Parts: sequence; structure tokens; C-alpha cells
Amino acid sequence: MSDTTAGLRHVEHVMGSVFSFDIRDEPTPAVRRALDEAVHHLHRIDEVFSTYRPDSCISRLGRGEIRREDCPSEVLEVLFLCAHAARVSDGWFSIVPEGTLDPSGLVKGWAVEAASRILHEAGAHDTCVNGGGDIQIRGRAAPATPWRIGVAHPLRPGELVTVVTAHDDLAVATSGTAERGAHIVDPFTGRPATALASLTLVGPRLTLTDTYATAAFARGDGARDWLEGLHGYEALAVTPDGGEWRTTGFHRYGS
Amino acid sequence: MRRAVLVGTGSSALVVALLALKPHQIPGPDTSAARSPVPSPTSTGASTGTSAGMGTYTGDPVDTRYGTVQVAVTVTDGRITAVKVIQAPDQNGRDQQISSQALPQLTQEAIKAQSAHIDAVSGASYTSQGYAQSLQSALDQAHV
Repeated sequence: MSDTTAGLRHVEHVMGSVFSFDIRDEPTPAVRRALDEAVHHLHRIDEVFSTYRPDSCISRLGRGEIRREDCPSEVLEVLFLCAHAARVSDGWFSIVPEGTLDPSGLVKGWAVEAASRILHEAGAHDTCVNGGGDIQIRGRAAPATPWRIGVAHPLRPGELVTVVTAHDDLAVATSGTAERGAHIVDPFTGRPATALASLTLVGPRLTLTDTYATAAFARGDGARDWLEGLHGYEALAVTPDGGEWRTTGFHRYGS
Repeated sequence: MRRAVLVGTGSSALVVALLALKPHQIPGPDTSAARSPVPSPTSTGASTGTSAGMGTYTGDPVDTRYGTVQVAVTVTDGRITAVKVIQAPDQNGRDQQISSQALPQLTQEAIKAQSAHIDAVSGASYTSQGYAQSLQSALDQAHV
């Protein structure tokens, strides 16, 4: 095992979920300050984007009480990214999944990626930030040792479908029904997506990796062909009957 | 349904106890006073640990919300090959019944997780409650 005693770990409950920080770099004062800043940033994002807070910017924007120009610049960035994801996914990612403005499907991954970047800019180059099961990795777990990410089996709690090995910066996102039931809706019918039990996507950065994983899960049977044509991303899916499929390049990351 | 949840939380506590062993006990027969080889009736007892990476080691008791959990692991060639539960929540018959189902199952899962040497877990988005029972939570608690 690698010696992790020199690193820094932190667990933060925010955004209705739990964020785990695993920093393997020397915990210099700058790195500790960056961790504080990253945690503060997550709470700030929650204040702006939470659809559970009636007074959040996104809730007020959804009700038409304020205009986009009245919101912090992050809101414009997120709306732009959502529009991009909706276009790339042929509308299977939606910013109005259940009729009201809700960019949550993109915001969490975007928040993790931002936290990871804050750490990196402070000199922490070997980090793993896990936001409720969606992960942004940078660098290595130890010198010459890649990060290893277990993919939870959606039908057999406590078991892993596979282990993803990250030889470089990598994002790993999983969408599924195991934790919160059938909560991802098909934006075209408004009904819960049920064709898959889980879909795990690996890609370069978590914002779009997480968003595309959600879109692919909603897409269900058509997801495989779509993902095969998506450059830079590879997927592993588990079907409700326990079957599995992988995109052709997934073997580069895991069995 | 209630039963399934209870099995899950008991399981989580055990995984925490097992993973808590990882950074301290696995490396070998370097045993401190707090972690001595276990005179286990089912193995070769205190005379194990004759070569590097071999032996049976007892973890410190871990207090969880559901009671105290303590386990011993047998290490062969640097890998966990067996886990024995020394202490588990067993205040009443129902607890015992739950433990009898959850502990063997989780023992196997913990062995698998340890063998996999994973650093984090990706899965369907969990809530704070879901996190408490997750393998990611166990990994975090083993190191924080």
C-alpha cells in the first residue's frame, strides 16, 4: 500500500450529498488553504444553484423573478454548459427535466471539477475529489501508482462491477437507480428512465462526463451507439437483469 | 424493508472496522502492545507470524452507533485471507439474527474490497444517508 499518512483528507456534507477529498500531496499551508477555499466554494455553489432553496438565484430565475443578467457569472457559465450538453446529447440532457429550470444534473460535477482545480492551482497535483459517487482525479495515488476507482455494482450492494485505473487525470461518473431510485427522467416522455440499472462513464473532466452519463442513462437502449461516437469517453453499463456492456475502448481503463 | 436497512448499517460498521485495520496491521508481524497476535482456536494460534506478511492480528475495538465492533484478520503472503469477528453488536436476539446474516456476507465483501486496493468508489449519486452505508464512507473513515 502507498503511504498516505503525509496527505490530507476531508469529508464535507453539502448539496444534499457528501464530498470526499483525498489529497496525496504534502499538506503545505497553501494546500490546506486551498482545501478550505474549495469547501467554501461548494457551499457557495449550493446557495446559488440549489433548487431546494426558494431564495436561491436559480429558483428565482426559474420563477421569472430575476433575469440572467442579475445572476452571478457562474449562472451564465452553467446555462451555457447545459445548452452545450443538451445539443451534444440530442436533447437527452435537459435543463428543464421535469418542466422547471433545474441544472442540478450538471452543477454537481461542475462543482467537483472546480474544487479539484482550486486544489491543483495551489500545488496539490495528486488528488481525488468524490462528489456523491462522481469523481475527478488528478495525477497519481503515489509515485508510479495510478488511482484505482471501484465501480459500485448497482444490483449487488457492497460489490464492485470493475475497477477503473486512472493513468492520468480522469473523471469517473455513474448514473443509476441504486441510491435514490428511478430519479432520472426521460426528458421526452417525462417518465423515469428504467432501461439501465447503472451507467458509468470515464472522460477527461467531470462536468461533461457526469452530464453525458446522465444523458446516456436517460437514453437507455440507444446510449451505446451514441457513446461509441463520442470522442474521449468510454462507458460501462449494467442492465436491470444483471447484464453488462462496454464501449469498445473501455478496456483501457478497466476490465 | 426495515430489516434490510439494519443489515446494511451493521454491514457498514463492520467494513469500517475492517478497513480501519488496513494501514496499521497488514504490513507484517510488527505487533505493538495494542495489537498482538490472536491466540485463535481455529488457526495455529500465537505461533503464527513466523514469516513476513503472515499472522493473525486483532484490531482495536471500534465504537459505532450500533455498538462495538472488533475483528481479527489472518494475513497470508501480505493479503487478508480470513476475518474473524470478535465483538459485534449483540444486545438482543434480533441483533444476533441480523449479525449472523450480515457479518459473513460483509466479511467476504471487505476481503474483496481490500484485495481490490481501491482509493475511491463511483456509484449512483448518494444522499448523506446513503453515504453513511457506502464503501466510500468506509474508505474515508479508515483514513481520516
